[in-house]
Amino acid sequence: MSEEGGQKPETGNRKPEKEVSPSQVSAFRPQVSLFELALTFNHIALASFGGGLSAWSREVVVVERKWMTEEEFLSALTMCRILPGANQVNLAVFVGNKMGGVPGAFAAIFGLTLVPVLIVLAMGYGYFAYNDVPALGSILKGAAAAAVALTLSMAIKTGQKCLGSPVAIMLFLAIFVLNGLLRTSLLHCLALLAPLSLLWGWPRKGKEAE
Amino acid sequence: MTSDSPGAGITFYHILMLFASLSLMSIGGGNTVIPEMHTKAVNSFDWMTDKQFADIFAISQAAPGPSVLIVTLAGYKAGLDCGTPFGPVMAQVLGLLGALLATAAMMIPAGILVFLVARVWESAKDSAIRHAIEKGFAPLTVGLVLASGYVMSRTADHDWRAYLLTAVCTGIFVTTKTNPLVVVALAGVLGYLNLV
Repeated sequence: MSEEGGQKPETGNRKPEKEVSPSQVSAFRPQVSLFELALTFNHIALASFGGGLSAWSREVVVVERKWMTEEEFLSALTMCRILPGANQVNLAVFVGNKMGGVPGAFAAIFGLTLVPVLIVLAMGYGYFAYNDVPALGSILKGAAAAAVALTLSMAIKTGQKCLGSPVAIMLFLAIFVLNGLLRTSLLHCLALLAPLSLLWGWPRKGKEAE
Repeated sequence: MTSDSPGAGITFYHILMLFASLSLMSIGGGNTVIPEMHTKAVNSFDWMTDKQFADIFAISQAAPGPSVLIVTLAGYKAGLDCGTPFGPVMAQVLGLLGALLATAAMMIPAGILVFLVARVWESAKDSAIRHAIEKGFAPLTVGLVLASGYVMSRTADHDWRAYLLTAVCTGIFVTTKTNPLVVVALAGVLGYLNLV
């Protein structure tokens, strides 16, 4: 619990490897070709057959490629949810821009959408020509059950890293109950909880007790 | 129904304006503007029926990639209809153009906004607000991810066998380093065999 982030690193007893400051994170930018960016997002998109695109993005961007740290990825994901636009397309722009500027953003969007657009069009052609959804229903049902599992495991894995203090756990529970159980709209949830979480996350000058 | 449909120019103008505006309105994700998209595509522009809209929604949810690709299919159907009077080849050509226009219109305006925010984000490396967001939003995101997993599992056809499969797969993902793709594919096979 003591490694719970955000307090300044100079509070001596912290393990340094747990405290990667955002500036170090941004300075570390592996060289990635545009083709590799596009290929990576294509891989994310195709793997998400059955759903779970956020979980797949984390799996590839954070775990496999290590292009972003856990906290960097999670905060980017929430900003991409708040901004207008499809969350995953937004995330591709965000990651693409980080890795390769404007061309990187375009490469990531192309990678994410090109093959899925072709697949969706083939399914749409079949649907409008023969008035039937291609017989994928039963396969999808199984794949969707696993995609839900991947999303849940993402919550568990990231939760183990980010929910180290009572305040963090309370914020987590509050938004889960509001958004998941009560189905309050995202905007209302954030209007209520984002100010609290920013207040909690704001860097403190002095060394205060946690 | 196609003979009295508006010309291709008008239809393509409608596609561009509708999806470009929905792009900027979709705060919280693509699914938040589905009701508005339905109203315009079915009732205002008469591109498709209620049933067809529900079906392309299902297709776009099921297909790999972002579910916002429902707009690809809406643009395809709109283009298809205005090309139909000129024969089947023309119908597919205009359908394809409608699909690409709708997809680009839905992604580019919001994408530019995200790009600008990402630029500010990069330049604000050491600012207090960025530290606060990175630390403070992390628990919220974990909660939202759990909520979306919960909501996904509440869909109508998630019965006890699907819950069991979800539980087993979650255990595998959390405790082992198995490639998730293998697990998803195996689950798909179980579905194909009607075991789920």
